[in-house]
Amino acid sequence: MLAHDVLIVGGGLSGLRAAVGLCDKFNVGVVTKVHPLRSHSIAAQGGINAALANHPEGRDDTWEKHAFDTIKGSDYLADQAAVETMCREAIGIVYEMEHWGTPFSRFEDGSIAQRPFGGAGYPRTCYSTDLTGHVLLNTLYERALAKGVTVYPEWHVLDLAVEDGICHGVTVFDLRKGEIIPILARATVFATGGYGRVYLHSTNALINSGSGIGMAYQAGAPLKDMEFVQFHPTSIIGANILMSEACRGEGGYLVNNRGERFMERYAPKAMELAPRDIVARSITTEIEEGRGFAHPLGTYIKLDLRHLGEKRILERLPGIRNISMDFVGVDPVRDPIPIMPCQHYSMGGIDVNERCESTVKGFYALGECACVSVHGGNRLGGNSLLDTIVFGKLATLSIPEYLESQTLPPCPKLLQEKEARAAARLRKLAEGGREKYYQLFAELAKVMSDNVGIFRERAELEEALRVIAGIKERYPQICVSSARHSMNYELMSALELGAMLDVAHTITLGALLREESRGAHFRRDFKERDDANWLKHTIAQAGESNEPVISFKDVSFTKYKPLPRIY
Amino acid sequence: MLAANYYTFKILRYDTLEPAKEPYLASYRIRVIPGLTVLAVLIRIRDEIDGTLAFRSSCRAAVCGSCAMVINGKIDLACRTQVAPFNTDTVILEPLPNLEIIKDLVVDLAPFWASYEQIKPWLTRKSPAPEKELPQSAEDRKRIDQYVNCILCASCYGACPVPARDPSYLGPHAFAKLERFMADSRDERPASVLETVNNERGVWGCDTVLRCIDACPKEVRPTDAIVALRKRLIKYKTKKILGQD
Repeated sequence: MLAHDVLIVGGGLSGLRAAVGLCDKFNVGVVTKVHPLRSHSIAAQGGINAALANHPEGRDDTWEKHAFDTIKGSDYLADQAAVETMCREAIGIVYEMEHWGTPFSRFEDGSIAQRPFGGAGYPRTCYSTDLTGHVLLNTLYERALAKGVTVYPEWHVLDLAVEDGICHGVTVFDLRKGEIIPILARATVFATGGYGRVYLHSTNALINSGSGIGMAYQAGAPLKDMEFVQFHPTSIIGANILMSEACRGEGGYLVNNRGERFMERYAPKAMELAPRDIVARSITTEIEEGRGFAHPLGTYIKLDLRHLGEKRILERLPGIRNISMDFVGVDPVRDPIPIMPCQHYSMGGIDVNERCESTVKGFYALGECACVSVHGGNRLGGNSLLDTIVFGKLATLSIPEYLESQTLPPCPKLLQEKEARAAARLRKLAEGGREKYYQLFAELAKVMSDNVGIFRERAELEEALRVIAGIKERYPQICVSSARHSMNYELMSALELGAMLDVAHTITLGALLREESRGAHFRRDFKERDDANWLKHTIAQAGESNEPVISFKDVSFTKYKPLPRIY
Repeated sequence: MLAANYYTFKILRYDTLEPAKEPYLASYRIRVIPGLTVLAVLIRIRDEIDGTLAFRSSCRAAVCGSCAMVINGKIDLACRTQVAPFNTDTVILEPLPNLEIIKDLVVDLAPFWASYEQIKPWLTRKSPAPEKELPQSAEDRKRIDQYVNCILCASCYGACPVPARDPSYLGPHAFAKLERFMADSRDERPASVLETVNNERGVWGCDTVLRCIDACPKEVRPTDAIVALRKRLIKYKTKKILGQD
């Protein structure tokens, strides 16, 4: 049976960072459902935050100020000690990535360039034009190659093997061969990414099903703060491709159909650079109150970059310009970009501490699939790339401690049982019910975008729960077109949908129970933040019939007292 | 522009596990609205008509490099190619050339990755790392810009005429990547590494017909890299002859 000391699932930034840090001492394997360079980290645009103090207007920036901005941005739901750790580590992480080859953009003095970003008091977002995720992921993949990390591309994880609260590995599906493969692992790390595709309108890659989060839940690991879903203010209309916050960081305007820079009404000081939750709600309010522009694909607001001039756009935002020309035929040098808010990031995820440990022994989670929590109710732009690499690194410190203390023998019998169960599941999906996976998938995504979006209220959330329950009932009736397993993408999608239903369920239930408005979670029927009752994390755990059971956990504080969030 | 609502998509179907069955073009009729991309059509076909269709996709935003294929005779990313502007109501989709088909539009990229790995695509340093960043001027950073933009989608490799006659040829992507590091002011690999591309499977194998430049969806110009590497080689050889290296 295939065995590794550490088995990492996911070849994006956090998974690869953990792999390169562990492979010298341990036998590490990386299972990834796409080639690592096709992971969603590649699509991150704007940058990575670190208080380097390189910017002429940010010479007195410090990691403490970064931590304050992050905690205020989180609407005080983030765990403050973890935020402090992340912001302190940030500086070293950026230098390390640079030493490993990341081609950051540069200031005239040869230092790493930084730009202003939303919700930040200082220009501290380090970048490489508007392709920062692309260059960071390439660097870590290059590093993994140099170190000879074992990667299993196009292997999909199916299940975690957990017994008596200890994780012994995973079963995976080799898409090309069509085989189920059990892998024994002394430590298992999920770096499986966010759950954007639970929503119909999302900036996320098609691979971001969130199925890793659903699998962890099914294996008994609790999920945290699932109702906190980030909606990015600016996705291009129709395709919903991200138009980086760097557009506004570089000075772009948001304009309604009266020609107003309407952010003046919502965040008079920060304007377009208010945090994402506030800007997304402002845009949606403008649209709902009739100040948007009509378009066959929906109503939009204009993102105007023209005043930045051709030179600056080509230098700083070349990727944005390409996407805009490719997908809507608009050259931002000449015309404003039509944008709308849509789902972008998963603040919630697998409940872990700042050592990346879940409550299941030997099971770790990193990056977007995890919730430490460093983003709380709302993540600041430039903090997600940071989160992936910092916690990828921190896992390389905590996992060896576990491996050295853990003396349990491997448990191949459990893996064999899991393999048999997975085989039965695959067989059943080809045995002929009436349901088609894509229909159920489309119904789920639609109800999440319609009812569990930027503005929420009780009746809509209850309706969403009814729809999700209905889809869950129909799920066992799914039938895929072919019983052949090799290269069967439909089969893979059908398997993932099962996990997505649990993800959607926990998001919606958390949103219904949280009767307040905090960060990205806004209830029309409870418009105020309620620190007396709700300064706590939502924990969702699978009950006996797999239905979520919700409990709560207090937020941890250091020195930052909750203040009103005025920008 | 032809305002056709319905398009016929002819897609090459083949399964390496059924080698007795010759590759063939399967036809699908799909109604297309303006703005719909080839990738969106493929997803609809797989969902609604034929669940056995195989193709790769991920970002659907032209940044991850998963979905390069031949679209009406021209190599491009399916996700950034819109259907409506084609001046025809038939669209033919085929897998990337120069690579073995695994199934339908999915090719085996193993040789592509192998040659990329051969050039040692990582920053090579001998000097100790400073406490802060290695300084690099904005001008030096700009020098590697086009090569940094490469998304390793294999469009150039599919378009290149050389791999068809010499499968050991490293390919345009490998040269673009090597030049990305050779031209990086921070990289300290010795010039002697150029020996590995000083042959017909290296930079001298290029026909200089510029098809790689034409095929690149990210405006990378691999031929520029090949020319630059040839110049570096000549300089290196000259120095060696003069005993300066």
